[in-house]
Amino acid sequence: MMGTYNPADVLHALPEVFLSVVAIVVLILSFAAPKQRGWIETVSIIGVVGTGILLVRAAVPLFEPGAAAVSVFSGSYLVDKFAIFFKVVFLLATLLVILMSIDYLPLVGAPIGEFYAILLFSTVGMMFIASGGNLLTLYIGLETMSISLYILCGFLKQEKKSNEAALKYLLMGAFSSGVILYGISLLYGLTGALGFKEIAATIATMDLGNPALLVAMVMLTAGFGFKIAAVPFHMYVPDVYEGAPTTVTAFLAVASEAAGVAALLRVFLGAMPHIQVDWTIMFWILSVLTMTIGNVVAMAQQNIKRMLAYSSIAHIGYILIGFVAGAKLGISAVLFYVLVYAFMTAGAFAMVILLRTETVKGDLIEDFAGLGQAKPIAAAAMLVFLLSLTGIPPTAGFVGKFYIFGAAIKAGYVWLALIAVINTAISLFYYMRVAMVMYMREPPKALVVSPSRPLHVAVAFAVLGTLIIGIYPGPFLEFAQASILGLLQ
Amino acid sequence: MSGTTFPVLSIVTFLPLLGGIVLLFIRREQAGLIRMVSLLVTGVTLLITLALPLSFDFGSAEMQFVERASWIPAIGVSYIMGMDGISLWLVCLTALISPIAVLCSWEAITEQVKEYHVFLLLIHTGMMGVFLALDFFLFYVFWEVVLVPMYFLIGIWGAPARRLYAAIKFFLYTLFGSVVMLLGILAVYFYAGAQTGTYTFDVLELMKVSYPWSPSLFSFQNLVWLAFFLSFAIKVPMFPFHTWLPDAHTEAPTAGSVILAAVLLKMGTYGFVRFSLPMFPEATLYFVPFMVTLSVIAIIYGAMVCLVQRDMKRLVAFSSVSHMGFIMLGMFALNMQGLQGSILQMVNHGLSTGALFLIVGLIYDRIHSRMIADMGGLSSVMPIYATLFAITMFSSIGLPGLNGFIGEFLILLGAFKVSWICTVTHERNKELLDLNLREAMTLIPLVIMFFWIGLYPAPFLKAMEPSVQKVVARLDQARKVVEAPTPIPVVSNWDQGHREEQP
Repeated sequence: MMGTYNPADVLHALPEVFLSVVAIVVLILSFAAPKQRGWIETVSIIGVVGTGILLVRAAVPLFEPGAAAVSVFSGSYLVDKFAIFFKVVFLLATLLVILMSIDYLPLVGAPIGEFYAILLFSTVGMMFIASGGNLLTLYIGLETMSISLYILCGFLKQEKKSNEAALKYLLMGAFSSGVILYGISLLYGLTGALGFKEIAATIATMDLGNPALLVAMVMLTAGFGFKIAAVPFHMYVPDVYEGAPTTVTAFLAVASEAAGVAALLRVFLGAMPHIQVDWTIMFWILSVLTMTIGNVVAMAQQNIKRMLAYSSIAHIGYILIGFVAGAKLGISAVLFYVLVYAFMTAGAFAMVILLRTETVKGDLIEDFAGLGQAKPIAAAAMLVFLLSLTGIPPTAGFVGKFYIFGAAIKAGYVWLALIAVINTAISLFYYMRVAMVMYMREPPKALVVSPSRPLHVAVAFAVLGTLIIGIYPGPFLEFAQASILGLLQ
Repeated sequence: MSGTTFPVLSIVTFLPLLGGIVLLFIRREQAGLIRMVSLLVTGVTLLITLALPLSFDFGSAEMQFVERASWIPAIGVSYIMGMDGISLWLVCLTALISPIAVLCSWEAITEQVKEYHVFLLLIHTGMMGVFLALDFFLFYVFWEVVLVPMYFLIGIWGAPARRLYAAIKFFLYTLFGSVVMLLGILAVYFYAGAQTGTYTFDVLELMKVSYPWSPSLFSFQNLVWLAFFLSFAIKVPMFPFHTWLPDAHTEAPTAGSVILAAVLLKMGTYGFVRFSLPMFPEATLYFVPFMVTLSVIAIIYGAMVCLVQRDMKRLVAFSSVSHMGFIMLGMFALNMQGLQGSILQMVNHGLSTGALFLIVGLIYDRIHSRMIADMGGLSSVMPIYATLFAITMFSSIGLPGLNGFIGEFLILLGAFKVSWICTVTHERNKELLDLNLREAMTLIPLVIMFFWIGLYPAPFLKAMEPSVQKVVARLDQARKVVEAPTPIPVVSNWDQGHREEQP
């Protein structure tokens, strides 16, 4: 490790530091003031918003003309637009998840205090992933996030499925972390470096056909494949998504997927751009498998959480198209899609939570029956998410797909785009099945939805995000385009 | 013609949407008010739209009433609306059909009236936008916006037995076609962008570029043409992509069938004239035999299937397949008469098939059957009805003096190679209470139009002439390339008119 330690560097990591402190405060509150409900949630929200403000403060100088990315702690921590972009997504997701959880957790009988603290710790882990300048920072971020997520999955202690989800996720997660670590150690052994830049520089001078290098690449692909739930590393996803408390599922589907994508981009584009030819082929295959299997299996689901689980797998497949297409267009398409995906998927899960009441579990597609007549506004919100997930204008999902397909066509991956098109048609079938159940069936006698105000705010926020990005995507596209400049050489 | 003018096209496009938003704030119990607002909005839109042909410059081939605004500069998307002789009558047709659709749902739709009218108005906006958009991104947005409300119209208010099946089939077919077209649009965008240096979805700009063509099926222009073809052909629908149509038509509520037949199908044929023909002329010429074959099959097959239908709606649906085959045949004659006839016939088919579905709907409201066998002896009980029915049917068949004749006459004139097609068959028979004023009002405007176009088609043809001329000129230019013994690679800019001469 070269470079020197400069105490002022800490200031650059202020958002993470602040959020960690808030998380600890929340943890203390949970046993110091267990009776005062509302404090914990309020402090958590203030923490996330405050972190957002600090983030904006850190971002402003980066967007000045001619500003360069900041690299601190001997290059292990980066403050660039790429990191900012993903951190915005993480914070958005965390905020939405907190809003969804406020009334949901007491309803399902989950302990409240630790929940928020662990959630925030997980977010801190994600933020470190986005800022990771070397493999170790990235790995530590990944583990901070994952270990928190294992706990969150098992939060419904009384429920078998929740326990099963936690255990399954833990086992698969630990295994995949091991695989990633193996890949990291191979890379370190080959290049003698941990920083992405240094690794890339060394690989450039190496024999690119070196088998150890390829093994390292395959290991990292498999490991991150688990984290982002790409087929064939997706087996745990439906069970975990179904068993975990729904707010945690939303967090997994949105934030943790986004973090996986951030890690993937950092490692593959940062450290291994010289063997892009090799990993592009691998991800081409992964992309096709992921979207096709995700969509086809989703058609058969009766449980909406499982359906959304497969749907999120399918969307990872679309995201990988952008990754395969590469170049400025492809990678900015990935970023943009991650943002779009966050809004619409979080929204869809929020709707599942909305249906969870004292009497109805709300996680079957059947539970949506007659929502269109009984609760027209709620049904309209769900319709927006479903249309966006299918990719129909004027929603964000359309612009996302448009941009991804554009990148594929530009890079000459016409077949990949065609397969994605066929997949879009398949996905229409199961998304519209939910719409059909909502609008074309009679509601049960007393259809009630959750009266939770914060949850309504979360849904409204997600709807607005989905529609605004769909109708006026310009600024968001520009943000995504600007965010990748430092990443690509 | 560009510059900042009064945004009349945006108004006729978005006024229905605005009306739909207003409807959201009306309590659902006030069904009567909802219907009135809906009628008012579509009526006002019609009145404004009728002002368009009055101020339209009949001598110009250029886009008129053009509006431009920046939308997504990051990827070269702008908001561009414009109208020429090709879209003029289709826009008027759309505006005319919408209030009729509202009127014919007056008593037929009693459940979820609010949602129904919101969807109806949304479709209206989408259809107007499709005919007016001059930016591919914008066009695609409108193109897809139509699908969702139509899906619900069929799925919620359709005939109970098979509506879900019909709705999803309609949606799946059209969506699949659309997304393939999207890939085509993107390919054109990137190719033209690389050629000219500015990436834009502006249709008029993209039309100035020549896309590489060679007689191979896999040349760029041919592939892109096929991508567009798939989307448009499903929409038209051309044989063999037509199977969604009888299902959708049969299960949809009357207004849904009327809109589908009158306007939605025209989106496909319009797409061919507006984009495929002038943008990819070499490929268009290359595919003429293919298109003519499919059209002729559709004409004969549609007519033959009609003969064995017992369900009135299915019959009209299959007759649509046949009629749309005629339209496509005329179009791919690729000369003045063929194209003009084809565009006029789009309007005619919209009027007469729309009217036919109204007629079937009226009788369905009374006897709750669509079976032809159940309609014996209607003319003695319902004289007005029977008269209108007869006129409409003759119009649809193509009797001289009515609109259908002019269009089909022109098409046959244009399609000199394939002059042996003339079979379009319909049956008749009926019974009950005659039409009330509201019901008659849905049909009378259409019947007036039959006679007008039938007896004095000149203004309709005149308005489209310059625009069609432009398309034909473009095609004639391409013909030189395609028919050259060794095809000349397409390179230069057609608008400037000078092509590199090769021996």
